[in-house]
Amino acid sequence: MQVLSASAVPHEDNPLWEIRIDKEADIVAVRQCARDLAKEHGFDQFAVAALTTAASELSRNVWVHAHKGVARIKILRNGKRVGIELEFEDHGPGIADLNRALAGGFSTAKSLGLGLSGTKRLVDEFNIDTEPGRGTKIVIRKWKREF
Amino acid sequence: MASGTIPILKIGSTLLASIQIELHDTVVDLFQNDVLQEIEKTAARGLIIDISALETVDSYVARMLANTAKMAKLMGTETVIVGMRPAVAATLVRMGYFMEGITTALSLEEGLALQNSYTKAAEAE
Repeated sequence: MQVLSASAVPHEDNPLWEIRIDKEADIVAVRQCARDLAKEHGFDQFAVAALTTAASELSRNVWVHAHKGVARIKILRNGKRVGIELEFEDHGPGIADLNRALAGGFSTAKSLGLGLSGTKRLVDEFNIDTEPGRGTKIVIRKWKREF
Repeated sequence: MASGTIPILKIGSTLLASIQIELHDTVVDLFQNDVLQEIEKTAARGLIIDISALETVDSYVARMLANTAKMAKLMGTETVIVGMRPAVAATLVRMGYFMEGITTALSLEEGLALQNSYTKAAEAE
C-alpha cells in the first residue's frame, strides 16, 4: 500500500499509519492521511468529509490542549465490511468534566465547543478514555456503508 | 496582496477570495487579517469567499469564515460564501454548526449576482 502522507508510516502486515502531532501542520497531515485512506477504500464523499473533519477536530484537540501526541490510523475488516479507525493519544491535561465536554456547547480556547460532541455525531463508534493530569485517548471508527 | 497565501482580487466594488489550498490554522488566521485590511484599502462594498475547492471545513475553519463575514459586516461590507460542497454542508450541520447569519450562494456567478443586487439597492437609497 502506498504511503499517503509524508510523515505517515504503514506497518507491513496490519497497515497502520502513525503520525506524530507536535506542530500545527500535523493537523493537516492527519486530515490528509484520513482523507486519502477513506477515498482509497471507496467511502462516499459524505463519509470521507465526516471522517476527515473528525480527524481534523481530534488532532487539533491534541495540538491545542496537549501540544504533542500521536495519531494512529488503521484499516478494519469485519467480514466484508471495511472500516477506518483513528486513535488519538496524548499525555496532556486530560478532560476534567467529560460529560460537559461531550454534551457540547463547552467552548475552550480554540474550538466552537463542538469538538467532541460534534465529532461523535460524525462517526459510528466513539470511545474516550481520559483522566485529569494523565492524558486522553480517543478511538473513533467509521464503517463504509454497503448498499 | 498582503501577507497570506490566499489571493484576494478586486472585481468592481467586490473583493473575491478563492481558497484553493488545504487550510492550515495559521493560514486561516492570516487570511482573516488580510481580507479586513483589503476591505479598508479598497473600500470594497462586497466580499465573496469561494470555498468550492475545500473538501473539508472543520469547526475551526467554519468559525473563522463566519467571524470574518461578521467583521466585514461591522466595517460595512457584505460577505457571500459561495460553492460549499454537499458533503461539507452535511458535515457542518451534523456537527451542530449552522453558520447562522451567514449569506451563502451556490456558485461564484450567483454570489456576484447577489453582490450586484446589494450594490444597486445601496445606490437606490
